[in-house]
Amino acid sequence: MKKLESIEDKLIPAVFSGILILTWYFTVESGYIKEFTLPSPIGVIKALFDILPDLRVHIAVTLQEALAGFFISIALSIILAILMDNIEIARKAVYPLLIVSQTVPIIALAPLFVMWFGFGIIPKIIVVILVCFFPIVVSLLEGLSSVDRDLLNLMKSMGASRLQIFKMVKFPASMISFFSGLRIAATYSIMGAVIGEWLGGRAGLGLYMLRVKNSYAYDKMFATILIIVVLSMTVFKTISLIQYLSMPWFREMKEE
Amino acid sequence: MNTYLNNSYKLKINNIKKTFEDLLVVDDVSIYLKENEFVSLLGPSGSGKSTIFNIIAGLLKPDEGEITIDGEDFTGKTGRVSYMYQKDLLLPWKKVIDNVALPLAIKGVKKQEARERVKKYFKIFGLEGFEYKYPFQLSGGMRQRAALMRTYMFSRDIILLDEPFGGLDAMTKRNMQYWLLEVTENLKASILFITHDIEEAIFLSDRIYILSNRPAKVKEEIKINLPKPRKSEIITSIKFNEIKKQVINTL
Repeated sequence: MKKLESIEDKLIPAVFSGILILTWYFTVESGYIKEFTLPSPIGVIKALFDILPDLRVHIAVTLQEALAGFFISIALSIILAILMDNIEIARKAVYPLLIVSQTVPIIALAPLFVMWFGFGIIPKIIVVILVCFFPIVVSLLEGLSSVDRDLLNLMKSMGASRLQIFKMVKFPASMISFFSGLRIAATYSIMGAVIGEWLGGRAGLGLYMLRVKNSYAYDKMFATILIIVVLSMTVFKTISLIQYLSMPWFREMKEE
Repeated sequence: MNTYLNNSYKLKINNIKKTFEDLLVVDDVSIYLKENEFVSLLGPSGSGKSTIFNIIAGLLKPDEGEITIDGEDFTGKTGRVSYMYQKDLLLPWKKVIDNVALPLAIKGVKKQEARERVKKYFKIFGLEGFEYKYPFQLSGGMRQRAALMRTYMFSRDIILLDEPFGGLDAMTKRNMQYWLLEVTENLKASILFITHDIEEAIFLSDRIYILSNRPAKVKEEIKINLPKPRKSEIITSIKFNEIKKQVINTL
């Protein structure tokens, strides 16, 4: 029964996507929409194979920016979440700012970063950090503060120090929530890097997309988007895999 | 009371008082627990029994009064006795053996050595073969036994139990009571037990303190002169019911 359901879970989205792609294909083939405004799915696939050799460099650059930003975000988030969890004043002071930071349109700020930090890798990493940081810090903070008070009292009654309580109870207890934040941030990281490049740079998928867009090569642009989707999904799946491997108890709990 | 007697008290609570924001919760409670004794605090829910436990465990400081363990002052000091709740509070990410060894880990014992030290107790606690399972793979009764085992690993001489079987179904609860009586025979521990279940208190205890509704005050101390080891038949005996009547009247 369970197996059947999981096949169904995979089949339904696959069929639905297939229908969408077919609709796209026939609309373009029939000439209802001109090929130069919207390339056909087959055109996109063809373009993908054409540009793939050239794209390798750009993919490497984008991945590098995204991962650098992602890891810096993780480090910053852990530090900040721990501070906010332990010091009430820090939480009160920083939390509203965190939320406000998410309402600022990054697309408007990014050109400023280019002006301040040049066309190199740094402004891109900053954009990635700005988009990744928030989901990680919030999920970790939520995880840390959701621990059962009675459990904390029990640890205290057994003479555990604050550091021990953190290491043995609070941090492991926040892992599930932490990983869900990480998964969201991981997909954002690629997108963040692309936005950063779009607004000025020397290499990267965003820059490449800007170039092909300006030369009206939409098939190549769509092919690049496809690559961005694949990259994002790969990072997402990698995080899920790390969670699967690092939390054996959670894995077995889900399997039961 | 002479000094000789005073020394045989495992745990002594002298005239403790506790208020929370003008609300008097514990009012001049004095309780003692002797070596190998099983004593219950019986009273209505929300009567401040758990506050008394928090004070004994050192998590709360009483406004007045003191806690002595083996004649030594432990008022407001944690790390001497631990207690067990209705909730098992096992860590879901640790295997049962590591959960049980948690108090040792806190004391700085290395993982392998801690495991070695707790291993031999799995048989006594009826958890043999479940050492390397995760808590969610155990039944409710087994989880409570694991929680009790963890409490025992922390302090072997004094164990505080706060309605430990409150969350179990009636059948499991009964079985756990028989099991607890049996296991405490072997453990040589002094046990202080919180409950609002009259039969449970009489069946398990050597003595019962009946507490009043908030603020908690000792209304009466009742000695349970039922022979030990106790069997299930005892619940229907005349003596048992006489005690029960006395307890109900006091409550």
